[in-house]
Amino acid sequence: MTEAAPTGVSPAGEPGRTARVVLVDDHRMFRTGVRAEIGRTEATGIDVVGEADDVESAVRVVAETRPDVVLLDVHLPGGGGVEVLRRSAGLMGEQGGVKFLALSVSDAAEDVIGVIRGGARGYVTKTITGTDLVNAIFRIADGDAVFSPRLAGFVLDAFAATDTPPVDEDLDRLTQREREVLRLIARGYAYKEIAKQLFISVKTVESHVSAVLRKLQLSNRHELTRWATARRLV
Amino acid sequence: MYRSPQGRMLGGVAHGLAVHLGLPVSWVRVAFVLLFFAQGIGGLLYAAFWFVVPIGIGEPAQRGGTHWVYVNGAFVPASPWQGGGPAGAELSKGGRRGGWIGRLREVLQHALQGEPAVAAGDAVGGPADAAGTGTGTGAASRSQRQGGLGQLAALVMLVIGVIALLNALNVQTAKPYTWPLLAIGVGVALVWRQADDSRWQRWFGLEEGNRRRGAYTRVGAGVLLVVAGTIAFLATQGSGSTIGSVVEASLAVLAGVLVLVGPYALRMWQDLGAERTARIRAQERAEIAAHVHDSVLHTLTLIQRRAEDPKEVLRLARAQERELRLWLYRPEAVAEAAPDTMAESLRAVVAEVEDRHGVPVELVIVGDCPMDERITAQMQAAREATVNAAKYGGGGPVQVYAEVEGRTVMVFVRDHGPGFDPDTVPEDRMGVRESILGRMKRNGGTARVRPAPDGGTEVELEMERSDD
Repeated sequence: MTEAAPTGVSPAGEPGRTARVVLVDDHRMFRTGVRAEIGRTEATGIDVVGEADDVESAVRVVAETRPDVVLLDVHLPGGGGVEVLRRSAGLMGEQGGVKFLALSVSDAAEDVIGVIRGGARGYVTKTITGTDLVNAIFRIADGDAVFSPRLAGFVLDAFAATDTPPVDEDLDRLTQREREVLRLIARGYAYKEIAKQLFISVKTVESHVSAVLRKLQLSNRHELTRWATARRLV
Repeated sequence: MYRSPQGRMLGGVAHGLAVHLGLPVSWVRVAFVLLFFAQGIGGLLYAAFWFVVPIGIGEPAQRGGTHWVYVNGAFVPASPWQGGGPAGAELSKGGRRGGWIGRLREVLQHALQGEPAVAAGDAVGGPADAAGTGTGTGAASRSQRQGGLGQLAALVMLVIGVIALLNALNVQTAKPYTWPLLAIGVGVALVWRQADDSRWQRWFGLEEGNRRRGAYTRVGAGVLLVVAGTIAFLATQGSGSTIGSVVEASLAVLAGVLVLVGPYALRMWQDLGAERTARIRAQERAEIAAHVHDSVLHTLTLIQRRAEDPKEVLRLARAQERELRLWLYRPEAVAEAAPDTMAESLRAVVAEVEDRHGVPVELVIVGDCPMDERITAQMQAAREATVNAAKYGGGGPVQVYAEVEGRTVMVFVRDHGPGFDPDTVPEDRMGVRESILGRMKRNGGTARVRPAPDGGTEVELEMERSDD
């Protein structure tokens, strides 16, 4: 099964807009390929300002260059993408901070959920096309979350396992609307299609998605353990 | 039913019958013994069963795996090979019943049964009782000795049965040819019994060499008995005067034939073995060839024809590799191919459609549930919908989303093709109407086909799981 493009609406390569990007991946061939695909600044608006191939160098390069977006591989020598996220937590701010987009061959639920909880703003697989990747990078840079259908499925799954929590955990649950939005993403709808379907604006869709992402990052350890146990991941 | 080779006295008839009927084996044995005395019917029945019923691996070992011996009203586990043989003989020497009975049994065992005599205990309440050889009272360990005695007793019972049969047929035991007939009977029993054993051994090959000697002894004894019985019978019938010359002549002819035909027979025997091996190999090769032809060769031909289309070649190669791997390394998975949960089933469907039509299909599944009849129908409908999306969806990725929520299973199949209006589909096109809408309706679910908001078509399949 091929991971399709995350469905989004942000215009790629708006004239004059650029995003500074750091590539983190332990395969040089892959970094070279991605750089060749998206790094033509005049055409794509992406400026690759640094590369790293393990956790140590990634943390250093990110701290030095302060890029807009880090393309982060999930499996890295030295502790993996989650470790990079943990050690770079201080650089992630709501406004103007460094944002992380996970880019991995893995589509295992624990990898995806792991980096999202670690603070990544989105997750795409390496089968993504160059154009879609550029799109995703700009959406991330704008502060949105990138939910591929598969990620939406994992999130629904994670929250479905904890569907009947006590009342005081209401904060962490998905609202009906958020669930609807996620379901439509999982069904392959683009954000603007979702907006049309639910009679809301694209901005509202994006805010729902961001809310889901925040809840996913905030949902407590107890829930995560239960979810992982239910899937025999631990 | 099958005759049971484990824990048997003679041919395993009683054992097999007991397992078949679900009765304790001792009851069956008592019944046979009683019938022996009812004009020898028991003997006839036993012989008939022995003749007709094959010795079997079809029956599971009694009462789950180990062999069970009935001792003092309780079943205790015992090894099927215990009792008899050297071990049993030694035990009996040291045992209370040692002395000449033990020795006699030992000798008879070696002569008649061959080495490690099959079968343990079961003597209690069995023929041994009736035959009056006496049974030990007690512990499981003693059933070893009883095992040998039991077999001996069974043979004795057979003899008695045959005598009773002859009596019933109005043949006085006093008549001189009774004993020769008896000898023939015992000889035949021995040879048959050995035939069973060798078959049993071929299935569960224990150490061959050791047992083979015993087997030859037994067959030899049986043949000897039959021959002697026949000669004695002829002699008592009055043709005794000529018997000497007849035997002489026969032996001479036999020797001549052996000398002449012997080498050919030997060669033939060897050829037979070689041919059998070759045939088995050829069969295997034919099976592999058939499979390779059906799949690999077929695919290679397709690849040659479409060499200029790398996408297609890739697709074919991938599908073929998956299939061949499965066939080679996980044949049991092919056999039990039917997946037993919704997610597995849908994954298989999607993989197959993806391979066959070369269109990427993105699958997202939330939750899972076991398959039932309705879900199976839903999966078939989903398959048809996915195939349609792959065929008419403009080559873009097809999105399949399935969710189990409570008892409801929803499947969405979406493509980004030109879209179509279900109402304009001609009457004779059965794909959507029958395979999707009709199938879902017949199985108590609903299906909707509608245009997606931004182009393309979405099929929605909703089904309640059946009550379990």
